[in-house]
Amino acid sequence: MDPIFSKMPVSQCSSFFDFIHHTRPELTPAARWGSEGNVSASVDEIQRHVLSQLAHGTTVLAVKYDKGVVIVGDRRAIEGYQVASRRMEKVFKTDSHSAIAIAGAAGPCMEMAKLFGIELEHYEKLDGVSLSCEGKANRLGQMVKANLPMVIQGLVVIPLFVGFDVKQQEGRIFKYDVTGGKYEETEYHAVGSGGKDARVTIKERFRKNLSQPEVITLALQALLSAAEEDLGTGGPDLFRGIYPTMKIVDAQGVRDVEESDVASQCDRLARSRTEQES
Amino acid sequence: MTLPFYVSPEQLMQDKAEYAKKGIAKGRSIVAIEYRDGVLFVADNPSSSLFKISEIYDSIAFSGAGRYSEFESLRKAGIQHADLKGFMYSREDVTARSLANGYSQTLGTIFSQELKPFEVEILLAQIGERPDQTELYRIAFDGTIVHEKEFVAIGGRADTVVSALRTTGSEEIPDLKAALTHCMKALETATGQNVSLHALEVALLDRTRTGRKFRRVGAEEAGTLLS
Repeated sequence: MDPIFSKMPVSQCSSFFDFIHHTRPELTPAARWGSEGNVSASVDEIQRHVLSQLAHGTTVLAVKYDKGVVIVGDRRAIEGYQVASRRMEKVFKTDSHSAIAIAGAAGPCMEMAKLFGIELEHYEKLDGVSLSCEGKANRLGQMVKANLPMVIQGLVVIPLFVGFDVKQQEGRIFKYDVTGGKYEETEYHAVGSGGKDARVTIKERFRKNLSQPEVITLALQALLSAAEEDLGTGGPDLFRGIYPTMKIVDAQGVRDVEESDVASQCDRLARSRTEQES
Repeated sequence: MTLPFYVSPEQLMQDKAEYAKKGIAKGRSIVAIEYRDGVLFVADNPSSSLFKISEIYDSIAFSGAGRYSEFESLRKAGIQHADLKGFMYSREDVTARSLANGYSQTLGTIFSQELKPFEVEILLAQIGERPDQTELYRIAFDGTIVHEKEFVAIGGRADTVVSALRTTGSEEIPDLKAALTHCMKALETATGQNVSLHALEVALLDRTRTGRKFRRVGAEEAGTLLS
């Protein structure tokens, strides 16, 4: 007999994360890596060893504009000093009005993004309504917190969450620390190994109520600066035609910015950079 | 020492079945019918918040008739099963057939082992990319599972609704408007009174949508559809 159906009546909890935690603990990220493992002795050593083996390094950023938020991520993953992947997707649509971008160890990052998407869908189906924007952001914080045992082992997952708050009619940006602390940003934020470079670029050019084309340009400029300064961040790959992924989150929902649009913007930025140099 | 009364298994099962049937017969009816772009669900349900039709997964919808608390727990178990399976394997590996089997097993076990059987009937539908991939399942209170074609009805006057659908049905697959009119007429025949759009719960599995195919249709939208 099916193991789930045999557990009737089902729990009243609307969380998929809690559901698998109770019924299939081996599927949760933290359980697999052991929450009470003896790691305190050589944290540094483990970190150095693990980090050199794992795909990480990223710049993802989000900027608000007059009607919502734009969220962008580069495509590179690195293992030590090697490029592990040129085509990684780091920005994910999580439900009709929210998206997430993740920096950190690639495997756990992808898993958290996937799990968070299912978490929101699961709640929506069980309760018949979507979570509020604040509710989604808090839930993500709890999931990041549950990841803490893995952080001690060097597997850091730092998400950047954006959503359109249907009640307040505005785009919102939330950043997190490794302990699950949730902080709302009022204008923009960038995380990952190139996050600081991106933030500096945005800081210089940001102003309130940018239009959508302006914010797309600004976000790409920031990503390009990060790619120039940071080894872990990939710029546009003109030979292979790989460009950063970009999503718009506004009252209409989440949609991709067409790759051709991103490509033409990148070309334009590259040309203006060439003109500056000459 | 007194011996307990002997009740023959036949009698016991018959009593349970009668009990469950009586409970279901008190409830209202729900219809699912294939239309050109998927499956249309229409439920006779005056409540606008306590739903009888629900999304289970990308292309699978659920509907329950009978005792609310019982089909609600079955619905939740179905969603948990589907989401877990989709997470462990892949989204395309979640099928209505395996869900229907799960429901059948659960209801069958409850019917034979518990003192009180579930007073519910379950309707499951799944759409594919092509019209011929549509699957409709009806699962009865004792776990009996029936694979239906074109249309299916559950609940209080399911037999009357089905015969009404059969008499007015046409050969080819109807469009949405025709399907909705068809269902409303069948429900009207069954209840013997006019059905208002505000007392109906309408939902679709719509093949033309991207991603999740389930969509609720409000009374206003249903009204414009029919006009």
